[in-house]
Amino acid sequence: MIEKNTQGEVWVFAEQEEGKLSDVPLELLSKGRELADTLKVPLGAMLLGHLVSSQAAKLIAHGADKVYVVNDERLGHYQTTSYTAGICSLITEHKPQIVLFGATAIGRDLAPTIASKMKCGLTADCTDLQIGDHEDKSAGKTYENLMYQIRPAFGGNIIATIVNPERWPQMATVREGVMPMSESDESRKGQVVEFNPNFNGLSLPMELHEIRRRPKKVNLKAARIIVAGGAGVGSKDNFKQLWDLAHCLGGAVAGSRAAVDLGYIDHDHQVGQTGTTVRPALYIAVGISGAVQHRAGMQESAKILAINEDRDAPIFGIAHYGIVGDLNDVVPRLTKAIRGGMSVKTTH
Amino acid sequence: MALNIVVCAKQVPDTKRITGEAMKDDGTVNRGALPAIFNPEDLNALETALEIRDQHGGTVTVVTMGPPAACELLRESYYRGADRCILITDRRAAASDTLATSYILSCAVKKIGADLVLCGRQAIDGDTAQVGPQLAEKLNFALVTYLEELIDVTDKTLRLRRNIGAGWEDVTTKLPALVTVMETANHPRPYASKRLMKYKNARSEGEIAGQVKAECADESEIAKRCEALKSKGLLIESWNLDDIEADLNWCGMSGSPTKVHRIQSVVLTGGEYHEIDPSDDGIGQFVGELIQEHTIG
Repeated sequence: MIEKNTQGEVWVFAEQEEGKLSDVPLELLSKGRELADTLKVPLGAMLLGHLVSSQAAKLIAHGADKVYVVNDERLGHYQTTSYTAGICSLITEHKPQIVLFGATAIGRDLAPTIASKMKCGLTADCTDLQIGDHEDKSAGKTYENLMYQIRPAFGGNIIATIVNPERWPQMATVREGVMPMSESDESRKGQVVEFNPNFNGLSLPMELHEIRRRPKKVNLKAARIIVAGGAGVGSKDNFKQLWDLAHCLGGAVAGSRAAVDLGYIDHDHQVGQTGTTVRPALYIAVGISGAVQHRAGMQESAKILAINEDRDAPIFGIAHYGIVGDLNDVVPRLTKAIRGGMSVKTTH
Repeated sequence: MALNIVVCAKQVPDTKRITGEAMKDDGTVNRGALPAIFNPEDLNALETALEIRDQHGGTVTVVTMGPPAACELLRESYYRGADRCILITDRRAAASDTLATSYILSCAVKKIGADLVLCGRQAIDGDTAQVGPQLAEKLNFALVTYLEELIDVTDKTLRLRRNIGAGWEDVTTKLPALVTVMETANHPRPYASKRLMKYKNARSEGEIAGQVKAECADESEIAKRCEALKSKGLLIESWNLDDIEADLNWCGMSGSPTKVHRIQSVVLTGGEYHEIDPSDDGIGQFVGELIQEHTIG
């Protein structure tokens, strides 16, 4: 636990493997930037590893004002012990008010260990974070500018908003691919702070014999939002608009069997009876007629939006929302409206 | 090289079977309306423990924290082969978040004494996966998350394969350690029929008290019946927070830094169809609704 410090910075954990940053810390920076701007405090990134300081520039280009670099041989490959020791010293020294991690295999191992050591709160797998006030009625106290940690619970049947009023820092892990990533701006300026965590005498309990990484395939099952295209999209070029839409939603791109057969998209992305079965929160079907084989793979989606020129397409029979029109008009309009809507939300 | 293994397990509402009927008006889930089950990945943790014991000797103790009804999970653990089962039950532990829960469990594990603690990776009611790592930190044990395959066990080390999302690692860890177990690690064994016959009559003191009260019998019956069960090895041990010497400041509400600010129930779609006007206005308004209800953003 640290002293509550309302001027404390907002921090994100810059997860890297073999010296390379994944998308997760960049997504965290985009959300962290909003929180830091609302609170009018700097945004910091914690970059731990062995000889990884070259990644600091990328973190600054994606929104960090400061990058805290911790460089040590014992941070070369992820180990709970050394990363926990490094981050706890950083937190104790600089007293950030908010610390965010990706809800990755590493983040879900590291963040709870740190929260336990710091005796502070932690909310897992958040899908949104906001700043707001909290009233504790039983204690008759009101807290200003806490981080709302918003997450689905009970198998997605409820949305809970959690706060951590007293025992700081306020920590959360954030689901991968949920927060849209901001554009990189190479002209941004930031400060790199080298930090020595005093690892003298730190021994590691785990010895690594071998590691195998599978090339990362698309994980449609884990996607909360899916934008899928069918034969009606018309060309591989038109399909790019679906990628744009999915990107601004933090969603995944999928295709019907027809779209895969036509070469618009790779088979890994196929939804349907011979592909993957998905149940996202929102499924956007673009130019998909809705053959029964495709419907079998997506009809349990919580919400289905169909976009099609053909008003009589069967997909409208299972859709909750429909837009009848030319996808080349509708999809860019939708993308624009979502970009606009998200930025409105962040300034309220 | 007999290891003392402790398995931490949780009884959870079966969240895969939530229907509108299980939701209360205020949007919260009525836990009472859902069947209570053995958290699936905790069964994988128990199976891992039993396999180690069957091969190398030692003991398997199952600990759960919950109301007296959680004894059902402990009976199931006995049916599958656990040597000892303990219920941590105390009203003062109610409303514990993951930090307070891991503190309470750490007090219990210290009292039992363990070389190895096994937990399921996560519980299906919260999906946080936080209690395992936090318990390891409280015990100052080495933490190994996401066990997929156990390779070798010695009295001082464990060698195993852990899932790291996009791939795996083959590692050796020193003991004492806490390992969280994935669903893919093994197939939990079924009940052993002899054990089922024996342990189906196992009860905790809290359960006995409930029975005696229901029968309007004399309270002195409680001690008598407990003694009778104990002599047959069928009294499920139950500990309160004093028994495990827990500091109450770190338990329950006061030990939990996270507070619920608000709960919203997700509106189940009723299959209604809305057509959206393809204009900028129509689409803009639709997107606003999706953001409002947390479907996007």
